[in-house]
Amino acid sequence: MAIRPAHEIHTRRFGRNLGLGLVLGALALLIFGLSVVKISHLQEGKLPAAEATQ
Amino acid sequence: MSDLSAIDHGNEAGFGDYVQLLKPRVMSLVVFTAMVGLIVAPVHVHPFVAFAAILFIALGGGASGALNMWYDADIDRVMRRTQARPIPAGRVQPGEALALGLALSGISCVMLGLAANWFAGAFLAFTIFFYVVVYTMWLKRLTPQNIVIGGAAGAFPPMIGWAVATGGVSVESLLMFALIFMWTPPHFWALCLFMKDDYSKAGVPMLTVTHGRAATRRHILVYTLLLAPVAAALALSSIGGPVVLASAVVLNALFIRGAIRIARRDEAVAEADGYKAEKAFFKFSLAYLFLHFGALLVEKSLTGFGLGGW
Repeated sequence: MAIRPAHEIHTRRFGRNLGLGLVLGALALLIFGLSVVKISHLQEGKLPAAEATQ
Repeated sequence: MSDLSAIDHGNEAGFGDYVQLLKPRVMSLVVFTAMVGLIVAPVHVHPFVAFAAILFIALGGGASGALNMWYDADIDRVMRRTQARPIPAGRVQPGEALALGLALSGISCVMLGLAANWFAGAFLAFTIFFYVVVYTMWLKRLTPQNIVIGGAAGAFPPMIGWAVATGGVSVESLLMFALIFMWTPPHFWALCLFMKDDYSKAGVPMLTVTHGRAATRRHILVYTLLLAPVAAALALSSIGGPVVLASAVVLNALFIRGAIRIARRDEAVAEADGYKAEKAFFKFSLAYLFLHFGALLVEKSLTGFGLGGW
């Protein structure tokens, strides 16, 4: 059987695939955002302590 | 024609069916109460962390919904109200719901632990365990007080929200728990009075079936009366204030009035006017909880202007 660019299942499950894709994309963005917030706040939190030891 | 039905995909699950497994309407209550618990806590949380934490709490709630639908598929198939759910309707396989529920439970608890703190993550895990194992698997089919126990599971979200901010438990977060805990039985039993689901056929010992409708009406009144002091205590706590107290007085007076009306009626009267008082009480119960937690939010935002609070 020749490989076709779009199998019948691709069109049938387009909604599910799109939904899952968007959810995974959103999860990646969320974790990226959390990383940015956590890392920048970690530095803020450490600054006063570092100054205190000086 | 059996060869045709073999390739009939008309009953295949769409993305929305998997969303339905997470019980989005219950989730909205979880999101709102968890958000209030997080905001009224005395510790500031970065808005993005707060947003992510509430999302993971909601996801944990959704996971327990999927596990509940997996375990209760036999009940859902029998009762009219739940026959259209994805599993009884045949669109989602029970194993898929189990897998989705377990995976989302793990993801939500670990992510909440990483985003906020491990106490909050463990608390979410305990809540899922309580709802799925203690309530759904164990006590729901065993005791007519099942709604009371199920109510405890629904009452944990504001405590988790509070734990996200503070990393612990306090009198205030216990009072928020107690408010939802005491509110759930009258809320759900009022629904039972007019929905008349076939719980006996499904093998669930619902109070309306085991102890009768008259006893259920009395139970609604007793729980509503016990709810009022909890609401008052919450209003007098450190997260309360004049706005919460005023709301509590008005809301509880109206709620008790509705409960007395239900207790004084019998089935003949209720049947005659199409369960008008029971339906009105149920509708008001939703507003009761929403306005109560809304008042806590208002009180908190007023403190920003030097007003509100005690």
